[in-house]
Amino acid sequence: MHCDQDGAMLVQYLDGELSADQASALQQHIGECPRCAAEVSELIGLKHSLRAARSRFTPTIEFRRKIERQIAKPRHNWWRTRFVSALATAAVFLVIAAVLWMQRSRHTDSLGEVADLHVEALASANPVDVVSTDRHTVKPWFQSKIPFSFNIPELTGTEFSLLGGRLVYLHQQPGAQLIFNLRKHEISVLIFQKTTEISNALPAGSRTEKRNSFTVATEDSQQLRFVIIGDADANEMQKLAQLIKIANE
Amino acid sequence: MDTEFFEQLALPLFDSLYNLAHWLTGNRAEAEDLVQETYTKALRGFKSFQEGTNIRAWMFRILRNTFLTSRSGLMARNTSWLEDEDTDMDLTIAHTDTPEALLLRQENQQTIVDALESLPAQFREIILLCEVEEFSYREIAEILSLPIGTVMSRLYRAKHALRHALKAPRRAQHAL
Ligand SMILES: [Zn+2]
Repeated sequence: MHCDQDGAMLVQYLDGELSADQASALQQHIGECPRCAAEVSELIGLKHSLRAARSRFTPTIEFRRKIERQIAKPRHNWWRTRFVSALATAAVFLVIAAVLWMQRSRHTDSLGEVADLHVEALASANPVDVVSTDRHTVKPWFQSKIPFSFNIPELTGTEFSLLGGRLVYLHQQPGAQLIFNLRKHEISVLIFQKTTEISNALPAGSRTEKRNSFTVATEDSQQLRFVIIGDADANEMQKLAQLIKIANE
Repeated sequence: MDTEFFEQLALPLFDSLYNLAHWLTGNRAEAEDLVQETYTKALRGFKSFQEGTNIRAWMFRILRNTFLTSRSGLMARNTSWLEDEDTDMDLTIAHTDTPEALLLRQENQQTIVDALESLPAQFREIILLCEVEEFSYREIAEILSLPIGTVMSRLYRAKHALRHALKAPRRAQHAL
């Protein structure tokens, strides 16, 4: 008896890729055709032997650990992760704002550089060096890294929260950049010692100005100069500036 | 992006990713590099990973694409990759082969491993995805970026070639 059964169908049948109708028709044929029955039993044998390939190669424990560490590494910094994702939506906008800003102000004053620092932090995969909502953690972290100290205001009862901080440089002067959150806005507070370089670079006194999409507020204490920059509205920015000023008086 | 979520989904695939990587590259060092790069890329791309997407197929796809651009992948392609999907191998089914074929038993694991290793990389790969990882044809099509019809015909030819390879040593022995 001649059999014109398509061999590929038998393979698909065993791989469970045929429709119910196709499968039952084929099943019936197999029951009547010794050639196809033999073919199917061979294919089943093949499938069976291929199980040997299943766990033929096993990774070493060392390698497993390595991958686990690689994956788990960012997890301990879950604040950072959350921070980044909160920023994701704003990122495109920020980059555009940054380009506009840089075009206009890169060569005109240091506030442009401050804005760069702000945008850089927000656009970076690692926006903060020290991730903490606790001012008592953030402050000591800076102590060994910058030649001055500062106070972080108590934020309880305000809508601001601290996300973390990082070490920055402006005109080769080390400074602290703290990042605060206010609802959907991120605000940077940059703190520098009043060196000659900084005094020349950053305008003195308290003032608030609008620069493209950012509001920039400046404040002074006896030793320090603060620049508060972000996209929150001017009142909120001034409020944070005041809190910083009071904490450092 | 939630790395904890990624860890939960992707880490259980570690053993099978490694197994396939070793099969594809042929040695431990390169398999480790391949798996590591796969995880790195996956972690980086996890942001764009759509929830509800088949993460297994997605991870294997990354592994496979990474393999293709690796040194051993390029070598495999140059030496044993059959580029032509329509290569007319003898596709008439082995209806004429005697069921001496029942030699395909578990007892001879080394034979199957050797036979698998003797196959062109492209055939080995698709057989592993189908039989070892038990991906559906649709998933294999996704992993290999191929139309499903090509998956079917390649798989069929691959299994045919594997059976041929399994019989070859036996025949040679008989000839002695
Ligand atoms: Zn038949």
